[in-house]
Amino acid sequence: MELSGAEIVVQALKDEGVEYVWGYPGGAVLHIYDALFNQDSVRHILVRHEQAATHAADGYARATGKVGVVLVTSGPGATNAVTGIATAYMDSIPMVILTGQVPTPVIGSDAFQEVDTVGITRPCVKHNFLVKRVEDLAETIKKAFFIASSGRPGPVVVDIPKDVTDPNLRIAYSYPDKVEMRSYNPVEKGHLGQIRKAVDMMLDAERPVIYTGGGVVLGEASAELTELVRLTGFPITETLMGLGAYPSTDPQFIGMLGMHGTYEANMAMHETDVLIAIGARFDDRVTGKIAHFCPNARIVHIDVDPASISKNVRVDVPIVGQVKSVLHDMLRVLREHPRKSGGERIKGWWDRINGWRTLDCLRYEQGPGAIKPQYAVETLYNVTKDDDFYLTSDVGQHQMFAAQFYPFDKPRRWINSGGLGTMGFGLPAAMGVQQAFPDATVACVTGEASIQMCIQELATCKQYNLPLKIVLLNNGYMGMVRQWQEFFYDGRYSHSYVDALPNFKMLAESFGHVGMRIDNPADLEAAYREAFAMKDRLVFMDVIVDPSENVYPMIEAGKGHHEMHLSPHLSSDRELA
Amino acid sequence: MRHIISVLMENEAGALSRVAGLFSARGYNIESLTVAPTEDPTLSRMTLVTTGDEAIIEQITKQLNKLIDVVKLVDLSEGAHIERELMMIKVRADQAMRDELKRLADIFRGNIIDVTDVSYTIEMTGDGAKLDAFIRVLDPDLIIETVRSGPLGIARGGKRLAI
Repeated sequence: MELSGAEIVVQALKDEGVEYVWGYPGGAVLHIYDALFNQDSVRHILVRHEQAATHAADGYARATGKVGVVLVTSGPGATNAVTGIATAYMDSIPMVILTGQVPTPVIGSDAFQEVDTVGITRPCVKHNFLVKRVEDLAETIKKAFFIASSGRPGPVVVDIPKDVTDPNLRIAYSYPDKVEMRSYNPVEKGHLGQIRKAVDMMLDAERPVIYTGGGVVLGEASAELTELVRLTGFPITETLMGLGAYPSTDPQFIGMLGMHGTYEANMAMHETDVLIAIGARFDDRVTGKIAHFCPNARIVHIDVDPASISKNVRVDVPIVGQVKSVLHDMLRVLREHPRKSGGERIKGWWDRINGWRTLDCLRYEQGPGAIKPQYAVETLYNVTKDDDFYLTSDVGQHQMFAAQFYPFDKPRRWINSGGLGTMGFGLPAAMGVQQAFPDATVACVTGEASIQMCIQELATCKQYNLPLKIVLLNNGYMGMVRQWQEFFYDGRYSHSYVDALPNFKMLAESFGHVGMRIDNPADLEAAYREAFAMKDRLVFMDVIVDPSENVYPMIEAGKGHHEMHLSPHLSSDRELA
Repeated sequence: MRHIISVLMENEAGALSRVAGLFSARGYNIESLTVAPTEDPTLSRMTLVTTGDEAIIEQITKQLNKLIDVVKLVDLSEGAHIERELMMIKVRADQAMRDELKRLADIFRGNIIDVTDVSYTIEMTGDGAKLDAFIRVLDPDLIIETVRSGPLGIARGGKRLAI
């Protein structure tokens, strides 16, 4: 089979089993777009801004576990995609981003729409390639998919100069079944001796905590994790990225940890004697001040990326391997062990945790006045909990309220930008999820500031009939910025008030969608039910919420887990217990 | 502490910038860096000298290993090893100074590799301290130009860094 470079790109995507490509055409990728035109096995979704293409592919990848694919042109097409590439990189999301480049003879001449894409993206990709010969195209694309989806996943950029896709230059095509790279051999199995050491430590534990992150979700290890938690009887806390890996409604789940984690999770971290970290990377939003982090604990850390181990926090038993494989082996060692874990040994620990729980740290009061954002999320849960439901979010207070008040019982259902904290992520990410699961209920909880960063995608949703449900928690402020200004800048709300907001209901309607405005707590549930009953329409719910509400508990940057600010609703004498 | 790390990497365009970019992005020190293809033209060998405490060096080696183009690396400082650096130094060499400069170069086992009416260019190899010492014995006013390669390193004994 003789194909042009452009046809090779499309055929390679087919051979890779790619269903969707999110993209935006332009000069340098016109040959590829022409090759896309006469086929229908790879579906191209036309976004309205390249950043949205990357977030949509990212949302698709997070929800399905497959590689998200993006196609953009050179220059501004590539630079617009950078935010989305960095977002995926920080959260280890498998993506392949195909970028057009100016023809090879003019690279380096400051040609029209030329940027050094490989140079610009280098610090925010797992790897990138510049393909200079059409003969290298198929194998490079194969490598890109292999690298993106193996080991610790991540985005891979393939930069393709226009002349490499020349329709008149045809070569024999074959797509490799697999690639071997002498320089890249991700680890699969963990070291059994280390696993045994970890198990011994766990059996001796009196105040154990299992702390898990996005790696469990990415590594498809939910079943193994759930079994480990049940078998040991240990409490489990999850990071923002890890939510849903273990059922949040289960009593052994003690809530999210970290800056806006629960009182019981953070106190347990502070007092634990054996911490079992699984697929988590000890991010500063989780650890707080390192000097105060788990001061009494010996630490086991399971991670596929050796560089994550002992990067921020020194650990005692490192185990490098795929989380699924390591947990599988760990379960076997545990089951065959003559001693049993948990039980009486940790009863006192559970009593202590349950004591912390009685504080009810997420408590809020919904009066007859303004809608509380917590109530808006809790009601969303009550209305959607029986659905096949996915929730994406943007970044800020609404993101934290969603993480705290929407209990996820399955992995890949909670989709948000944790590491980079990219405002504008939620709506396009939801598009990718809905594309992957057309029959599922997909909602995006967002804020009036975040949603405006990619609001143009309402048009994409119309074009492809994506019946998303957008829940805008509208408090008129960049809520998290306002909260920090209230706490740390004496209430000087410098440029955090989002003035001159559009009428979101009318805005949504102008795109051909259904708009709603809800400002009375008594109306909220009925409005949600009405919105979610519209299975084939995008409904944009502008929910006016209390602008003064803050996210609690809160650990200030640079403080320890035991130094939480609690909601003023709660008795202050327990504040620094 | 000072560490000398040898890295075998794919001889690909951009491989060097991945390493240099890693050091600047993560704020690691880099004192010197040399790179050239090996006898296998698909591989380059890089020698870099860096400083940091144990935790930082551990991160540096892990992060280097994580780069897709890096095939293998070794921290030579962990074992017995040999370091050599090449220097070429151009000095003012008028008639009055010529004999003295030649003697000094001989003492340091340097070779004069270019001669003009007014200058000598001396080639010298050794570890960094020896090259520093040679520079110190010269009158600074005599030095026209120096160029140093940065150290290369290799482990002592039969061990090797290869695939």
